[in-house]
Amino acid sequence: MMAAASQSATRLQPSTRLVLERNDFEQLLQTLKRRDYRLVGPTVREGAIVYGELDSAADLPVGWTDEQNGGSYRLRRRGDQALFGYVVGPHSAKMFFHPPAVRLWQAKREDRGFQVEEEKSESPRTALIGLRSCDLHAIAVQDRVFLHGPKVDPLYRARRENAFIIAINCGKAGGTCFCVSMNTGPKVTLGFDLALTEVLKDGRHYFVVEAGTERGFEVLSEVPNRPAQDNEVAAADLLVQRTAAQMGRSMETTGIKELLCRSYEHPRWDDVARRCLTCANCTMVCPTCFCTNVEDVTDLTGEHAERWQKWDSCFTMDFSYLHGGSVRPSAKARYRQWMTHKLATWIDQFGSSGCVGCGRCITWCPVGIDITEEVRAIRESERSISTQGANHGNP
Amino acid sequence: MVALMPPPMVASAQHPMVPRPYTVCGVRRETYDTFTLELGSEHAAEFAFAAGQFNMLYVFGVGEVPISISGNPTQPNVLIHTTREVGAVTRAMRQLSAGDVLGVRGPFGSHWPVEEAAGADVVIVAGGIGLAPLRPALYHILAHRERYGNVILLYGTRTPADILYKKELKQWEAGLRLPVHITVDRAAGAWRGSVGVVTTLIPRASFDPRNTVAMVCGPEVMMRFTARELEKRGVKPENIYVSMERNMKCAVGFCGHCQLGPTFICKDGPVFRWSRIEPLIAVREI
Amino acid sequence: METLEAILAQHPFFDRLEQRYLDLLVGCASNVRFDARQFILREGEEANHFYLIRHGKVALEIFAGHRGPITVETLEDGDIVGWSWLFPPYRWRFDARAVEITRAIALDGKCLRTKSEQDHDLGYELLKRFARIVEERLQATRLQLLDVYEVRS
Repeated sequence: MMAAASQSATRLQPSTRLVLERNDFEQLLQTLKRRDYRLVGPTVREGAIVYGELDSAADLPVGWTDEQNGGSYRLRRRGDQALFGYVVGPHSAKMFFHPPAVRLWQAKREDRGFQVEEEKSESPRTALIGLRSCDLHAIAVQDRVFLHGPKVDPLYRARRENAFIIAINCGKAGGTCFCVSMNTGPKVTLGFDLALTEVLKDGRHYFVVEAGTERGFEVLSEVPNRPAQDNEVAAADLLVQRTAAQMGRSMETTGIKELLCRSYEHPRWDDVARRCLTCANCTMVCPTCFCTNVEDVTDLTGEHAERWQKWDSCFTMDFSYLHGGSVRPSAKARYRQWMTHKLATWIDQFGSSGCVGCGRCITWCPVGIDITEEVRAIRESERSISTQGANHGNP
Repeated sequence: MVALMPPPMVASAQHPMVPRPYTVCGVRRETYDTFTLELGSEHAAEFAFAAGQFNMLYVFGVGEVPISISGNPTQPNVLIHTTREVGAVTRAMRQLSAGDVLGVRGPFGSHWPVEEAAGADVVIVAGGIGLAPLRPALYHILAHRERYGNVILLYGTRTPADILYKKELKQWEAGLRLPVHITVDRAAGAWRGSVGVVTTLIPRASFDPRNTVAMVCGPEVMMRFTARELEKRGVKPENIYVSMERNMKCAVGFCGHCQLGPTFICKDGPVFRWSRIEPLIAVREI
Repeated sequence: METLEAILAQHPFFDRLEQRYLDLLVGCASNVRFDARQFILREGEEANHFYLIRHGKVALEIFAGHRGPITVETLEDGDIVGWSWLFPPYRWRFDARAVEITRAIALDGKCLRTKSEQDHDLGYELLKRFARIVEERLQATRLQLLDVYEVRS
């Protein structure tokens, strides 16, 4: 979404960094509201940071942080008043661009036929605040599914076009994060209108801001801002570098497609199957999982019909139902399907990995299954086999 | 694969999930559980499709299912589907009559290599309802018979009562240089034909394995054993084509249901070379 | 008009069989012809011959009481009919009936059995070939049992 710069050199350049003071942040939100954007961003609800509609900056998780690990998520108070001092929660941009339930069309019975009324390809203008680099990469991954294939989803396209994105450069890494391994962060590099790095230092509280699009710059220009000084840019960059060094997890991705595609019969799948509950949490929180079910429904009179698209998961028995049974009846086969698709066959299908290293699947798995650990186990078992082979040659 | 792209369908709706309504011309019983639906249109090329492709058929208020097209691709003003009655939607389809309306989305998917097979012998092996998605290929080949070498149809069904298109098969055999060999798994009463699985017809069939394209359609296990038998005779796996099936909901690559390894049956299939499919389905529950 | 010797020599079943054994087989062979619906062999009878179908169709039937005769398999040109002559009690377990006019070569299995006991090399060659047929028929029968066209919903 990088717009061509048509301004003079002092305005929109890829490296233009501006400073927005904390006190002026509210104006940014109000500017968006004035332009008829509804504000959606992180907010505390039921012990987690999820996305909800915001009225003002006060609705953000001010002074909150999160502690995440396999199967564990807790909120904790920070010692400061940071607006974005946490990482990602169970929600992702998928809630808006690929919602859990979408009506595709309605129809009414007419004589012996029917008349279809399509959904308008319109979407309310929404400003998504607080997306992280992994989230933006995940959006790009889903764009490849719904916009860049042989068919285009016009409803998805409308939602994408009417969204204004304010991204955040992470100031801390989460316990289950591994965006560095997946080359998807922590620095925001694509798909944003504005990208902010929140700095709390030496008694000051400010944001270093980059505009990624023309309209991002326009919105920013209605809010007090000034070019960032070198020390401010350095402070922001240092934060992001520190985040990159703090990743809670890592995944070696070299040759991962070939590794998994030759490991369909690996005993590790039986191991993970003993733990996996096939609860489908991972697919719900994963920002790239896109599988849906198509439901055709009618009212009681049978005169009115609707087709709905609803989130589905490859972990259900019904997902692969064919001719009286499931093609993947075992938990082993379903876990294997999910992980192999996410990390390997996705590359064949869409030209990139399906995983953005956000760690949500690890955090929200009730039994703490860790996708990075599963890959490691398979990889290392190959290494140990080849080492054994080498040793056999020695007397 | 040579792309035989059918011309785009007339006046399609913007959203790929919206069905277009068409009027049923007739519903004909084929066997006790199989029937053929015929839809018509005034536009001469309304239903242009390539042999092997499928449509999503929608019955108002009931649901939508994927059904292979089994009509003649050289007559695209009529849309023909032969299907088994196996669930709520096909049961509702069975009850339709001329004048009722059915929703159609499509055509979708890859097609039989009828163009690529020119100059070669063609062995068509059908199992059960698998003859229905192969019939359009037969129509095409017979319409251009001189382009091909030996063409034979090997057809296996459960019982003689399950044989589809009996009259047509007789006509083809009589008039058009198409030997048809039919065998049943179980004989009943007065059956004087062959008894045994369809793979037993392969060793004896007249074709040159070094220059043969095989098109196989039927239950997955039948296709697997058929391909094996063809390979035993020397047909290369890249010259054997199969039609695969998986759970299908959207048919446009959005819902993720129809995946078979890295392939989407709706986009990359349903017709595949056996060389691509064999290593995938060798993995149980893939 | 092809000689018996030529027909046997060319048949894949006898491929690479030593000439002296081929000569022996020719000595045990004769041309036979069955009319449509004619029985070739009956369940329970002594199994002394096996048949190489030259042209026609043979149904292997089991008589199933009130269900009448059920054809479990048909055999056609080039197929071998009958292996019960190899194993005690040397009695047919099925009926085999010509579906249409069928011309075949009958081979004296009893004679071959006796000679095989004396010449184990001959026995081995014959058993190898018959084992192959049994294996192929068993595989096909198992596929038949699978009832692959059956509908599950």
